[in-house]
Amino acid sequence: MIERRPFVQKILKNRKSNLRVISGLGTSTWDLMSGGDNTGNFGFIGAMGQAIPFSLGLAMSQPNLRILLFTGDGDTLMSLGSIATVANHPVSNLSIVVLDNESYVETGSQPTATAGKTDLEVVAKGSGISNSYTITSENDFDKVINTIYEEEGPSLVVAKCQAKATPLVFPHSFDGSVSINRFMSSIKS
Amino acid sequence: MEGAIKDWRNDIYKVFKELDITMVSHVPDAGHTPLINLCEKDNEIDVVTLTTEQDGVGLSCGAFAGGRKSALLMQSSGVGNCINALALPNICRIPFLTLVSMRGEWGEFVPWQVPMGLGTPKVLEAMDVKVFRADYKEEVGSTVDAAARFAFNTNRSAAVLLSQKMIGAKQFKNG
Repeated sequence: MIERRPFVQKILKNRKSNLRVISGLGTSTWDLMSGGDNTGNFGFIGAMGQAIPFSLGLAMSQPNLRILLFTGDGDTLMSLGSIATVANHPVSNLSIVVLDNESYVETGSQPTATAGKTDLEVVAKGSGISNSYTITSENDFDKVINTIYEEEGPSLVVAKCQAKATPLVFPHSFDGSVSINRFMSSIKS
Repeated sequence: MEGAIKDWRNDIYKVFKELDITMVSHVPDAGHTPLINLCEKDNEIDVVTLTTEQDGVGLSCGAFAGGRKSALLMQSSGVGNCINALALPNICRIPFLTLVSMRGEWGEFVPWQVPMGLGTPKVLEAMDVKVFRADYKEEVGSTVDAAARFAFNTNRSAAVLLSQKMIGAKQFKNG
């Protein structure tokens, strides 16, 4: 099982200038922010289930950027239909990395459906995202980097992670309008 | 009559073109079909078919973050699916525009359409969405134009309710 925070930080280290990173609410946003403040990041702190469609709209609007979404299994499970939408309106520049710890860690580690019978890689493939695979070890880091920067998207990587709480790392601002305007400035420049 | 019905969808399409709205997402409704068809024929407009209306809120916000304007088309029953998602444009002050074809209000045949039809303006207003309404085809173009400008000029959410009286109540017949 992967330790999510060092894994996310490793992906963010030496990031290329054409990468923009979105995170789904909760732990994924604290993970993203733990990699250091960057105007090219936008983290959800609410609107559960909206990170995937948001990333699709962004990827469709900025085809020359690579768009990476870190999100959790809970957020993904709330919006399984959006995976079908991504598959059917394909964006070659979108990668979704699901940090799948099989639990709602933020609320007391209740098990999610992926702790039971649900497999998000199979869901993605069945929805039409053929570039989908599961990793269980940091050894697959290079493969994920290649997917994010080089491969034809959309892609969905299920990264099986340890279910343990990590320290909160807050974004530059909790004010959504400040966050989005800062993020948009990174696209205009 | 056919021409008259087509006209008000053309008026919406003209607003899209004038205001550079280049992404249109929807969960389809018969009332929106002529407009969806117009958008699909336009190479400058991306039409995204959703599986649930709430995804259109996130899609629209992501598109705006990337520099594109969009609109979400849905039926009144879909508005209820969007409530929590509407927090996103609200808290981020992202312009959000939706056009809602109304059911459950004028000559409705299906009782199941009535609860969300009655609830639509209330839940939109509860989420700080400015609600506009068009009851007559002559006012559709100007109302959509006003709502779109309200949204994009003031960075707020706006909805236009397209009345069932204007669209025409769907009647079901056996055989």
